[in-house]
Amino acid sequence: MLFEVTSAVLDPQRLIDHVRKDESGAVALFSGVVRNENLGRRVLYLEYDSYQEMAEQVMREIADEALARWPITDVAMQHRTGRLEIGEASLLVAVSAPHRKAAFEACHALVDRFKEVAPVWKKEVWEGGEEWIEGEAVNRSG
Amino acid sequence: MKARVRLFARLSELAGTREAEVEVGEGLTAGEVYRALCGRYPALSGLNGSIRYAVNGEYAEPGHPVGEGDEVALIPPVSGGSHAV
Repeated sequence: MLFEVTSAVLDPQRLIDHVRKDESGAVALFSGVVRNENLGRRVLYLEYDSYQEMAEQVMREIADEALARWPITDVAMQHRTGRLEIGEASLLVAVSAPHRKAAFEACHALVDRFKEVAPVWKKEVWEGGEEWIEGEAVNRSG
Repeated sequence: MKARVRLFARLSELAGTREAEVEVGEGLTAGEVYRALCGRYPALSGLNGSIRYAVNGEYAEPGHPVGEGDEVALIPPVSGGSHAV
């Protein structure tokens, strides 16, 4: 298992290699990437902030939940912080399993769960403004 | 007798700092740590309804006790949910 919140560029191959075991018949990888548009605005870049130690602990806890629920082999998660440009990966979740169904399902659930509970925040910056995206409520500061 | 406070995202921008210390008194709670910080950083005021707390890295209720050496984090709503990546 590998759980990291880091300002370094994320490397999907590293996570794939980390979770793949000889008994793995499937590795599911989710890559969340920065897109150029949100709510009709042209996004220039994003800035992520996190409570690093707690976010990594949340990764561990939800991975343990997934390992107890699905027949999967291993889990690795990484989130990037700092300034991210369009097209760069902000979140990687890799899950290995003997069979693909469990790998897909666990990977999907881990992404959803992480985004619900992990102390990670995203600031959207566009021409002439910026705002922290806070769940359902959007608080404008630019 | 102090506790460490950590602020993130919009809260850290409003306060102009990512870290603070508060004096620990008898019966201090996480919610009272927030109120103490509002006195020091008035821009943080009025956010009571949207802030969650963590004490030593675990989500905690506003009434959670805070003692010497504890780390209290003020947690704004997380990004997940409505605006998916």
